[in-house]
Amino acid sequence: MSQNRKAVALISGGLDSLLAAKVIQDQGIHVEGINFYTGFCVEGHTHAIRKKDRNKPKRNNALWSAEQLGMKLHIVDIIDEYKDVVYNPRHGYGANMNPCLDCKIFMVQKALEWMQAHDFDFIITGEVIGQRPKSQRKDTMPVISNESGADDLLLRPLCARNLPETRPEKEGWVNREQLFDFSGRTRKPQMALAASLGFEDYAQPAGGCCFLTDAAYSIKLQDLWKSRGEKRYELDDIMLLKVGRHMRPREHFKVIIAREEGEGKFLRGYRKQFVCLDTVSHAGPLALIDGEVTRQDIELAAQLVARYSQGRSAESVELEVSDHGAEAYRIQVAPMPAHEIPQGWHV
Amino acid sequence: MSHEIVDARRLLCPMPVIRVQNRIAELPAGTLVKAICSDPGALSDIPAWCRINGHQVLETRVDDDEYIVIVQVGENT
Repeated sequence: MSQNRKAVALISGGLDSLLAAKVIQDQGIHVEGINFYTGFCVEGHTHAIRKKDRNKPKRNNALWSAEQLGMKLHIVDIIDEYKDVVYNPRHGYGANMNPCLDCKIFMVQKALEWMQAHDFDFIITGEVIGQRPKSQRKDTMPVISNESGADDLLLRPLCARNLPETRPEKEGWVNREQLFDFSGRTRKPQMALAASLGFEDYAQPAGGCCFLTDAAYSIKLQDLWKSRGEKRYELDDIMLLKVGRHMRPREHFKVIIAREEGEGKFLRGYRKQFVCLDTVSHAGPLALIDGEVTRQDIELAAQLVARYSQGRSAESVELEVSDHGAEAYRIQVAPMPAHEIPQGWHV
Repeated sequence: MSHEIVDARRLLCPMPVIRVQNRIAELPAGTLVKAICSDPGALSDIPAWCRINGHQVLETRVDDDEYIVIVQVGENT
């Protein structure tokens, strides 16, 4: 085995990528990790926003994995480039708005660019045949290798022996006999390998690491695109989809109502970009209005916000309104009774 | 001593880490970098990134609602 060969490992923070990197490190290869940030990554955001979650132990699992492996980790912002993957996935969406196969192709392609720019030799991933219904199947593995351009420089150490030999194996950079033949959805082989390698603590699989696999989130994203008449988003849009109660009382505007103090604080940071409603006569939520609105629309939104305040049973609730950071003014509204809020307004 | 400032307020992790990483890539060893963040996760994530990439965290602190991490750029960048 050559001591000089270098591999870049796609590190998600999950167990499979941790094991794949470790298996190759143990063959004497220098491995560095790469982690791509799309904006849709689940990692830690709810902790960061919600007050009740702030004191829970938190860690970035990709960084934690790299630290366990004693390797460098490069975190790459691909937010803008990734939009095309979300807008027009060549291989379509999964159960929700998750373009898993296109996503994997894109990430391997970006890893290939990084590999070439940094004079590394090959790419490794923690993919396992049959592990995921869309992107990790025997028939999609070659699609990822081919369409990413990585071809036989993409090695999947955990299932390599179920696949044709790659260049690192053919050239003897790695020993194929020391790679694995895992397949299917069972996690038992990975857990056994983790135990044999001394890993007792690792991220538990939790149904994906991306908000686009989440049904409720996907509905909100589709609602956003429908309201805009086109598939388009900015980072702030997709962050706001993770926060608050989203209600669309009219086609041309949506109200985002904080569900707790931490969310209110997070939404307050956007008050200069939106019409912002803050309940002042009673304890109550902060809310943003997304869309071009009239005074009448603002009053309707305020009635909704008042319904979620402690003044929901009062005759009237006072709210402070600021329009894109302009000088605030106050309005009084009657809270909308819960039974008068159509179910269809909830996004 | 002067610091290079990385303003990562209103960014959620891992964006503060990415901002620090990208700034440090442009700086010589020994330079001090002060990251100002609003995501409390930065207090664990930036030091973790520094540990694995050979940089030294000199100080972490909370100023009101801001989370400050001061890093000295290492040799091995």
